[in-house]
Amino acid sequence: MSNAPAVVAALQPIRRIRIPLLELARTHRRVTVSAVLVALLFLVALAAPVIAPHDPLATSPDNSYLPPLSPGHLLGSDELGRDLLSRILWGARVSLPVAFVAVAVGLVGGGIVGMLSGYAGGIADLLLMRLIDALLAFPGLILAIAIVAALGPGLRNAMIAIGVVAIPGYARLVRALVLQLKQMEFVTATRSLGATPMRLILGHLIPNLLNPIIVQISLSAGFAILAEATLSFLGLGAQVPTPDWGQMINTGSGFLDNDPWLAIVPGAAISLTVYAFNLLGDSLRDALDPRLRS
Amino acid sequence: MTSFAHLLELEDVHTHLQLKQGVVQAVNGVSFSVDAGETLGIVGESGSGKSMTALSIMGLLPRRGAVVKGRIRFKGRELTALSEDEMEQIRGTDVAMIFQDPMTSLNPVYRTGWQVGEPLRIHRHMKTRASIAAAIGLFKKVGIPEAEKRVREYPHMFSGGMRQRAMIGMGLSTSPSLLIADEPTTALDVTIQAQILDLLRTLNQEAGTATILITHNLGVVAGMCDRVIVMYAGRIVEQGRTEDVFAHPEHPYTWSLLRSIPRIDADEHLPLRAIEGSPPDMVRLPPGCKFQPRCPFAISRCATEEPELITVREQLARCWVTQDGTSLDQAAAGG
Repeated sequence: MSNAPAVVAALQPIRRIRIPLLELARTHRRVTVSAVLVALLFLVALAAPVIAPHDPLATSPDNSYLPPLSPGHLLGSDELGRDLLSRILWGARVSLPVAFVAVAVGLVGGGIVGMLSGYAGGIADLLLMRLIDALLAFPGLILAIAIVAALGPGLRNAMIAIGVVAIPGYARLVRALVLQLKQMEFVTATRSLGATPMRLILGHLIPNLLNPIIVQISLSAGFAILAEATLSFLGLGAQVPTPDWGQMINTGSGFLDNDPWLAIVPGAAISLTVYAFNLLGDSLRDALDPRLRS
Repeated sequence: MTSFAHLLELEDVHTHLQLKQGVVQAVNGVSFSVDAGETLGIVGESGSGKSMTALSIMGLLPRRGAVVKGRIRFKGRELTALSEDEMEQIRGTDVAMIFQDPMTSLNPVYRTGWQVGEPLRIHRHMKTRASIAAAIGLFKKVGIPEAEKRVREYPHMFSGGMRQRAMIGMGLSTSPSLLIADEPTTALDVTIQAQILDLLRTLNQEAGTATILITHNLGVVAGMCDRVIVMYAGRIVEQGRTEDVFAHPEHPYTWSLLRSIPRIDADEHLPLRAIEGSPPDMVRLPPGCKFQPRCPFAISRCATEEPELITVREQLARCWVTQDGTSLDQAAAGG
């Protein structure tokens, strides 16, 4: 029998041993739908080079400004005649990794801060939380813009900036959960078995944090996508000619009067992606919340 | 192994807690010993220092607490001088502890068998599979039916009594020579209490594990313990063999506790007897005897001078009134 209960145990309502994934899918339809949607997005990003009908960078002045549903160009083409569908598909390869890295930065940074703060308490808690408060004092996007402005534009810096903005959310969440867990006797009980603080934190506390953290991950991934698009729209993220959704909206905004789809199509891609992540986070929260579980 | 006089020996232990309101002398000059195979009861109300005494032994005091004075010797080794690493070697191997609330003393995200095997993985470096196999044996030992199936269940699928059994199994997995049970039955209902106490007694007799049983229930002490310590305001106020203490308590607090046990043959129209007043404010303790404000026998000396813990008849007691041989029962009847 496997004893790597981490994610499986966290995702499955622990009603019976080894609930098949299928049953879970049946009882939590919203989770299933949104998970499939998110999985599809990742699949698209992975398969973009194969499924994209055209080279996203290939210009063809003869075919510029084609409206959607034109032959050979399902979503139309832009001012340089580049195929919009291909650019959207390739754009997923920019947005999703950025979101992934940003979430990782936020999770690791915020997780460590929150764990230290909650577990150690005292003066460490006080100082770390004031630091987090300082980060929280700025609106997220403004802070991200400020960080990129300081580090210089580019995708790598955008990832860092968005990740830093995500840190306070994770830090506060982890700290609150750890404070709550510390009250439970199993913490002292585990110490009384001779477990080191490291073993207690890694082996016994972190598995208890997984449910709420999974929810936070999918919600902050949605934010990260949006933030990346915003930064790229402002010219602080992906640089020309990288096919990037935010940047495509920026370009498209100049043609809103005659060729609005140039902005609408990437906008729809962003909306759909953010919606998928938010729906996943939301439905997971409901599914994993024992109070809402019937 | 070197020879030692007692399995566990506490000598003038003082444990202080730094709170915002001031320093709490949670444990104040406590000395006692436990011999191999013995069962010692520690009785007292909430805040009397009994749990803090246990946590001082385990080296698991809260952050704001520390043993500021005294010696704690286990098998001849001075525990207060050990490093955290060395304490981790002792905890869970030679000294185990079980806790009051079985609802929260197991980790909710792990199967019970995995948890019960944790000390074996920590100290015996067992693999997961072997530790769970061992957990099945431990489940059987502590009387959990269908052990093979139950090790795969999560804590929330266990009743309170079953969880406490699992905790006991976890504590015993490494065959410790000392088991500290901090109010193991307080959160359980009465029939389950009896089962758990039976189990502890059996294990004590079979394995020869010395047990410190912390409780506020004198009935539990009477049925379980060879010797008993009564604590009040961080001090030992009475200490002796259980039958001596119960037959003729030499401290008014013990006397009042024993008198406040409801009796089935009492006149049903008489009100239940409680101890007047409330426990003292641990930050601002009164001078003199700490029980004096609530004591029906108090004399003028009690308010100013704190009595020593000295031999009174067969036991030790900390009381001016009984030191000259006065019997509390007679004093109560006469006065």
